[in-house]
Amino acid sequence: MAAILTNDNIAPAVFRMVVVAPEVARSRRAGQFVIVRPGPGGERIPLTIADADPERGTITLIYQVVGKTTAVMSLMDPGAEIADVAGPLGQPTHVERFGRVACVGGGIGIAPLYPIAQAMKAAGNDVTAVLGARTRDLLILEPEMRAVVDRVVVVTDDGSYGAKGFVTDALRGLIDSGERPDLVVAIGPTIMMKMVSLLTKEAGVRTLVSLNTIMVDGTGMCGGCRVTVGGQVKFVCVDGPEFDGHQVDFDEMMKRLRTYRRQEAESYEAFRTRHRCRLMERNAEARG
Amino acid sequence: MSDDGNLTAKQRLKIPPVPMPEQPADVRRANIREVPLGYTPDQAVAEAERCLMCKKPVCIQGCPVEVDIPHFIRLVRERRFHEAALVVKQTNVLPAVCGRVCPQEDQCQQVCTVTKSHKDIHRSVKIGNLERFVADWDLEHHPDIEVPDVRKTGRRVAIVGSGPAGLTAAGDLARMGHDVTVFEALHRPGGVLVYGIPEFRLPKAIVDREVDNLRRLGVRIVCNVAIGKSRTLEDLFREGYEAVFVGTGAGLPIFKKIPGENLLGVYSANEYLTRANLMDAYNFPHASDTPIIRGHNVVTFGGGNVAMDAARTALRLGAETSTILYRRSEKEMPARLDEIAHAKEEGVVLRMLQDAIEILGDEDGWVTGVRCLRMALGEPDASGRRRPVPIEGSEFVIPADVVVVAIGNGPNPLVPKTSPEIRTNKWGNIVADPRTGKTSMRGVWAGGDIVLGAATVILAMGEGRKAARSIDEYLRTGVWEESPAAEAAPAPA
Repeated sequence: MAAILTNDNIAPAVFRMVVVAPEVARSRRAGQFVIVRPGPGGERIPLTIADADPERGTITLIYQVVGKTTAVMSLMDPGAEIADVAGPLGQPTHVERFGRVACVGGGIGIAPLYPIAQAMKAAGNDVTAVLGARTRDLLILEPEMRAVVDRVVVVTDDGSYGAKGFVTDALRGLIDSGERPDLVVAIGPTIMMKMVSLLTKEAGVRTLVSLNTIMVDGTGMCGGCRVTVGGQVKFVCVDGPEFDGHQVDFDEMMKRLRTYRRQEAESYEAFRTRHRCRLMERNAEARG
Repeated sequence: MSDDGNLTAKQRLKIPPVPMPEQPADVRRANIREVPLGYTPDQAVAEAERCLMCKKPVCIQGCPVEVDIPHFIRLVRERRFHEAALVVKQTNVLPAVCGRVCPQEDQCQQVCTVTKSHKDIHRSVKIGNLERFVADWDLEHHPDIEVPDVRKTGRRVAIVGSGPAGLTAAGDLARMGHDVTVFEALHRPGGVLVYGIPEFRLPKAIVDREVDNLRRLGVRIVCNVAIGKSRTLEDLFREGYEAVFVGTGAGLPIFKKIPGENLLGVYSANEYLTRANLMDAYNFPHASDTPIIRGHNVVTFGGGNVAMDAARTALRLGAETSTILYRRSEKEMPARLDEIAHAKEEGVVLRMLQDAIEILGDEDGWVTGVRCLRMALGEPDASGRRRPVPIEGSEFVIPADVVVVAIGNGPNPLVPKTSPEIRTNKWGNIVADPRTGKTSMRGVWAGGDIVLGAATVILAMGEGRKAARSIDEYLRTGVWEESPAAEAAPAPA
């Protein structure tokens, strides 16, 4: 059981939850994740660890409401308990002094990017964060990022904040500027990571992506998270979650992510019908 | 053989076996409740009458944990069921589990004198059924186990993994007075007993009761901790544990490495069964939030118990056809005879001497079928079974919308990966002394599938027991002698 200290709405349908998990807080490193099961009958879902406080024994999880499990989490009050938090799982990010590092985050992907940007900076890199969102309201962790990296470039799809465009536009600008990054770390929607990887492959810039696939156990036992990387089958939970973006078969991954789309919609819809008012009150209605 | 009671051996041999009552096939394929219903006391006594009480009970040697079979059967005959259960429990800590999942036809029942007299495995004394009966009877009538009054030693032992090997070692060590903590990576203890073996073969309530019994013995069970990730073995020693038993099992799914295995609707057996069992996807979207693809035509690759479990699970999830594709013949299938028979009765189609060479899909990535080849049996291979050889030009396609790959599991790599001091073999299994379970790392024992490769519940339990004895000796003497067996393989005869 992991007690919830706070569970705040930080953007439409996006929440920041701080839970007590001393062992995870003590041993986690940038890039790792936990498996969360909110309660009895609940699903096990992977969530990246956005931050941790080893002294207080807490970890911060940032999640977007996309289905029933995340909707259930959005309605949990401080003082309540998450039934199961297992981790840290996955391989930590390989952090060293690369030189110039561009951390490219889209939407909710900015959350797992934050500890990586922090670690890259601490290792002596010059770090630029490229943060993208559909619209201004959905941009998360901008001030936090500004506090840890050398410079932040913001783009929104609709131009409501920062430059209008996609993260790839800003990244191309960076590559062309002569301040060419030695490493790109890209985390966000699969299509964004694919487009970033295509761009950097052409430009010859090494790129790491962090994959968020479907998982059950998170310890290498089920293989549900398998992806093809450089023609080899890899398990995201134990071999990843980070891989060379130039080697990942993103098209296959995007298809696999749709496996339970119908079941998930059915399950979420049933929950939403019963809890619509509370979800609206909490600003937790999934979009699209 | 001795005459016993008022029947002669000849008369006993004439008694037909008492069949275990079962849910009818057409009923049970639509529910997840247990298939065999268990003996009544009268049925158990009648079956017990078939035992010849051999002077040299070969059945005991056929049992990996050497249950005193004639002794407990005699007590059943005398309706002293509690005493019978105590006899079984002397050497078997999980009898309700073993009575259900042991491959008795390869063990005690294979060597049973009654089997030999009839030259028919189906005529053996139904030792497994009787074991299950006494275990269930005792769980019902004596639910509170006796907690032995042992002196606490205060020595701390960590058990990594809560499957059959770990639970057995934990139980034995607690009875010896040690302070035992079991670490489980999943949210529920039991290992393969809860994620792998389906409810219709091993009800989860039975596993829960066994785990509760361990708690009563003072064993601490900590879930959601993957040793090898959040903590290493070295961390455990730093925290004050003096001995560690690694029973992390064979949890790494093996795929066939044929085209199409990443299509939507293709599962490893581990994932398919974990979703259905541990995560209760049978009850999605009501009591469970974990989905599973309910295929109309489900094809399972493999011939072991896991393949049978997957194929039968598919039926219970509403499949119209559930097919097993196995590249050898039925005779070579490693599954228990009972499981094969149950699967057939329920309508699982066994396609023997056929092998998948490609999984076919549509443009969205969903499975549509399996391309297969027919096989013939050639010369025996290293396993002693005749090697399947493809028949040229015999390709054909069968329709499928779910495919389950149940061709085996490799050892769980988490612990050896982070403790390189532990030696592994070329398959990644931990190398352990076959007599004691000691590994190449001081203070660390290993047993069960992580050492043996995918084997059986009872063998894993035997390994847990053996290691517990050795751990106890180490804690009492402090002597860790390098065992020669772990260093060198025995010289060829």
